Amino acid sequence: MRNPVYRFILLMLLLSVSGPGYTQANIEIDTPAISSLRQSMQQRHSQLQPYYERGAVGLTRDGLVAMRDANALPLAARQPVNALIAAENQDRNALYREIARANSHPEWEADIRATFGQRWIDLARPGWWYQAANGSWVRK
Amino acid sequence: MKNSFFYASLLTLTGALLSGCVTINIYFPAAAAEKAADKIIEGVWQLKKPEDGAPGVDGPIPSQPIPQPEQPVQPMQPQN
Repeated sequence: MRNPVYRFILLMLLLSVSGPGYTQANIEIDTPAISSLRQSMQQRHSQLQPYYERGAVGLTRDGLVAMRDANALPLAARQPVNALIAAENQDRNALYREIARANSHPEWEADIRATFGQRWIDLARPGWWYQAANGSWVRK
Repeated sequence: MKNSFFYASLLTLTGALLSGCVTINIYFPAAAAEKAADKIIEGVWQLKKPEDGAPGVDGPIPSQPIPQPEQPVQPMQPQN
């Protein structure tokens, strides 16, 4: 009498255990913090885009942006572009941290940064510069 | 005999629960992260969807071309 009931309960429990393994392969990016970072980066992009195209600014391996060739800029533009780069990197660092936190896995931040680092480069337009695995700058 | 089956099941269940917890904690969903990254990057950089397209998540692709408005470009502002 007891055993069939226990067996049934055990079976149900075992079935429910297998659930999370499949359902959790999803990354949450719909939080207010992430949305505002995305918006801020999207607005800044129109200012940064000409500098990507000119090769003054490039994409680094660690998911950030950096001044690649300051000589491509007139002297007066260097300070504003440096400020743009700093603001962009601040948002990007916050984005990676927020995504890890939104998914309750702060320790994923490095993995998320690495994923983004690769995808920014993969999706970059032809002519933009990025940092190769050995640290050298490559024109796409 | 039956009792030993019960304990064996219980042991299996405990093991499954524990390994489940461990798996969930260390597993980084790389494919899902890549998709999330693409979604964000496409938004930030205002990219069109890639032409080779990921396998149909959004349902079947219509076989007909999307109708495009063929109207001439309107002047930006009527001159008053």
